[in-house]
Amino acid sequence: MSKDVAKERSMIIQKEMIANHFMALSTAKETGKKVVYTFVPGNISELILSFDMLPVYPEINALQSGMRKKSGDYIRDAEQHGHSEDVCTYVKCDVGMMINGNIGPTGEKIPNPDLLLLSYTGCFTFLKWFETLERLYPGVPVALLHTPYQEAHKITPEMTAYMVKQLKEEVIPKMEQVSGNKYDEEKLKAALRNSSKVEQHIINIFDTTKHRPSPIDAYFAGVYYIGPINSGFRGTPQAVDYYAELYKEILERIDNKLGPITPEGVMEEERFRLVVEGPPNWTHFREFWKLFYDMGAVIVASSYTKVGGVYDMGFRVNPDKPLESLAEYCMNCYTNLNLQQRVDLLSKCITDYHADGFLVNSIKSCNSFSAGQLMIMQQLERKLEIPIGFIESDLVDPRYFSYSNIKNRLESFFQMLEQRKMIINRA
Amino acid sequence: MKKYFLGIDLGSTTSKAIIIDENDNIIGRGITNTRANYTVATEIARLEATYNARFTLLKMKLQDEIESRPDYKRYIRDVESVFQYLQFKRRLDRLSVEFRDTISTTFSGEKRDAISGYVDGIVSRIGPSVLDEFLTGQLGSKNQFFRDIVSERYNKEIAGLGKDFFEPMMLVYDKSITKVENELTEYDFRELVDHSMALLNDKYAGLGESSSEESGLAFDSELNLLKGNYKRIYDSLKGHIGFVAGLDIHITDMVGTGYGRALLPFPEKSIRSEILCHAFGAHAVFPDTRTVLDIGGQDTKAIQVDSHGLVTSFYMNDRCAAGCGRYLGYIADEFNISLNELGPLAIEATKEVNICSTCTVFAAAEIRELLNVGQKRSDILAGLHRAIVMRAMSLLARSGGVRNEFTFTGGVARNQAVLKYVSDLVLQNYGKDIKINVHSDSIFMGALGGAMFARRNVIN
Repeated sequence: MSKDVAKERSMIIQKEMIANHFMALSTAKETGKKVVYTFVPGNISELILSFDMLPVYPEINALQSGMRKKSGDYIRDAEQHGHSEDVCTYVKCDVGMMINGNIGPTGEKIPNPDLLLLSYTGCFTFLKWFETLERLYPGVPVALLHTPYQEAHKITPEMTAYMVKQLKEEVIPKMEQVSGNKYDEEKLKAALRNSSKVEQHIINIFDTTKHRPSPIDAYFAGVYYIGPINSGFRGTPQAVDYYAELYKEILERIDNKLGPITPEGVMEEERFRLVVEGPPNWTHFREFWKLFYDMGAVIVASSYTKVGGVYDMGFRVNPDKPLESLAEYCMNCYTNLNLQQRVDLLSKCITDYHADGFLVNSIKSCNSFSAGQLMIMQQLERKLEIPIGFIESDLVDPRYFSYSNIKNRLESFFQMLEQRKMIINRA
Repeated sequence: MKKYFLGIDLGSTTSKAIIIDENDNIIGRGITNTRANYTVATEIARLEATYNARFTLLKMKLQDEIESRPDYKRYIRDVESVFQYLQFKRRLDRLSVEFRDTISTTFSGEKRDAISGYVDGIVSRIGPSVLDEFLTGQLGSKNQFFRDIVSERYNKEIAGLGKDFFEPMMLVYDKSITKVENELTEYDFRELVDHSMALLNDKYAGLGESSSEESGLAFDSELNLLKGNYKRIYDSLKGHIGFVAGLDIHITDMVGTGYGRALLPFPEKSIRSEILCHAFGAHAVFPDTRTVLDIGGQDTKAIQVDSHGLVTSFYMNDRCAAGCGRYLGYIADEFNISLNELGPLAIEATKEVNICSTCTVFAAAEIRELLNVGQKRSDILAGLHRAIVMRAMSLLARSGGVRNEFTFTGGVARNQAVLKYVSDLVLQNYGKDIKINVHSDSIFMGALGGAMFARRNVIN
């Protein structure tokens, strides 16, 4: 890869934020801060921060290990530890990292957990993951927040009440016990006010893909954009500043009619606009991205950037109802939507952002995403008559990224889109 | 000058070439299984397609005579068969040289002499028997490869030799065949056609004196006519053949597709994905096609197309090639029969043995197990064919199902047993009203689509 990768100002800010966070984690023992391990989907980081504790997200560590080419060895070690080939590779990568001293992406040691907060139960693997962590860190307290699935296309008042009850009776008491601090609702409300601003910024940012050329790539760059909010900065003033700066930069790009920034500079010509479903592959992230920007394909929306929370359909946290907001936020994350809701959301993206095609990257490891993708594809094809593409890879297991297979299918997909454009233009 | 367009499909197992005219009519086909490299493969397929095109043009030129006179038609057919045989014979001669080479460098003393004796005998018997099959069995139209034709006969000959010689004889064959297969042999069309006609005239001349068995020609009414007429037909044909031999088959544009496409020295507009080409080819031959199933050497594609032949979605096997052509090749090896014998044997089955393995390698172990417990070969084969089709059905389902009309393409579509199960299962799962199309040129659909794209490149 070329050394002089093009970077936006906000990327530099983000890098500092993340570095500071890992620095705080590595010195947690000295500063006496307690550490909570939790997950990205529906992460209630505001609550963790209101107790002055620090969050750790094992999935983020796993994807970072994947990008830094360490996941292959970690997975091998986890498999030697007894995890089978079919187990989610995020889990195995995380377990492998812990076996090898739990050194995080910045090279600093990640402290052991003082609390395991299982905030999203829609993914069954998460339950098993934390059971494994519980064995690796004997005696660590576990707080379980059961998240009801949006089976009937909506969140009912009973579902919210059920979750608020768990927050009050299970999560908050455990946090008080571990942190030694009392629950401070004003502090939580202040954090939620920040979150609410950030959520609006995020919506504005991802909405800029309406422009032609799209000023951003909502998948490959999008995963960087959602970095801060999904790795410790929900509810912080830094997040508000970061997203304000990012939005400002993107508006400048629009004024200058600039396309998205890729690792090799600004994309010159926008040839295809795509909506992508499913997480990216992390082990070959650059190669994977290059397959798209080389073809002039820009992603105008992706479901993966909604993995932490979905704000497209109008949801915002309400600081006046803090616990209810946290509950609804959790239940609103992308993989907690039922399949019909996902189809509706994706079809809104395809229409609003004028996509030429819809592509699924089906991930071997991830049932939360992959189950139902064929049904989603067929429904979208029927409903919108949009060309559909399908590729397969994995999150962080390098053995499951076949460059030639993916290239072959993408080439066919892009030629298919081109042919269709020619016909439409002629007509 | 007339314009012609070339499509090259460099598949995982075979390379195909198609030449079309300005009206999308197929006039030439060429195919090779050489594994030399894609440049050689392209040349072999292209040359074969060009020879074939000359015969097609000849037949188009003489359409009236062919339609009104059966002896005329027969004569041309026989010339083409002998022409194909002569190509085969040159390769066989090359193989014979290679055999001698291998034997002299691998063996010594009495063993060498004995092996040489066996091999010479086999080669001398293969030649005439194959000529007979080209003439009477239309071997040339079956798209069989040199390797298949020779190995089928070679294997039969050495089957009875006993184990002292069986292994060395196999070694000689395996060491020699690849070189010959990977060699590009160019022929002078004119010279080869003249030679073919001379051979044929001798045959016809002999018809009066000998029985049909000795002449290598089955006796029938067309031949009866030819017996007295061949000289006159020959005289009138000579000029026409000279004309097509001298024709410049000018390729105006070409498009390459298939796995090797990136290696072709073609400009970007001349490289197309095989998904688009297969769909386009299948749609050209059967314009009401909406779903295409293509089973090739190493992949299976389920493609949905719209009324213009444009792809709307596709689905391909990933990570595992069980259920493709190579699976059949592997199974044929396990049963020690040729690929062409698989389908017919499976059709004879009285039941289908259930094959559990979805993996090619495991299936081989399962076959041995089943043979050990006394299952019949044909029944096992029927089960294997069904297993392949079940995989294709799952792919079809994932791609969005089968819509009317359904066109089955790829090399595997020539296997009668696969075709039977595809038909049965498509009708069973998607309704009896689905029309199922299979074309005798099914293996050429990708190359045809490529040639059609080439023609459109020029128009646009």
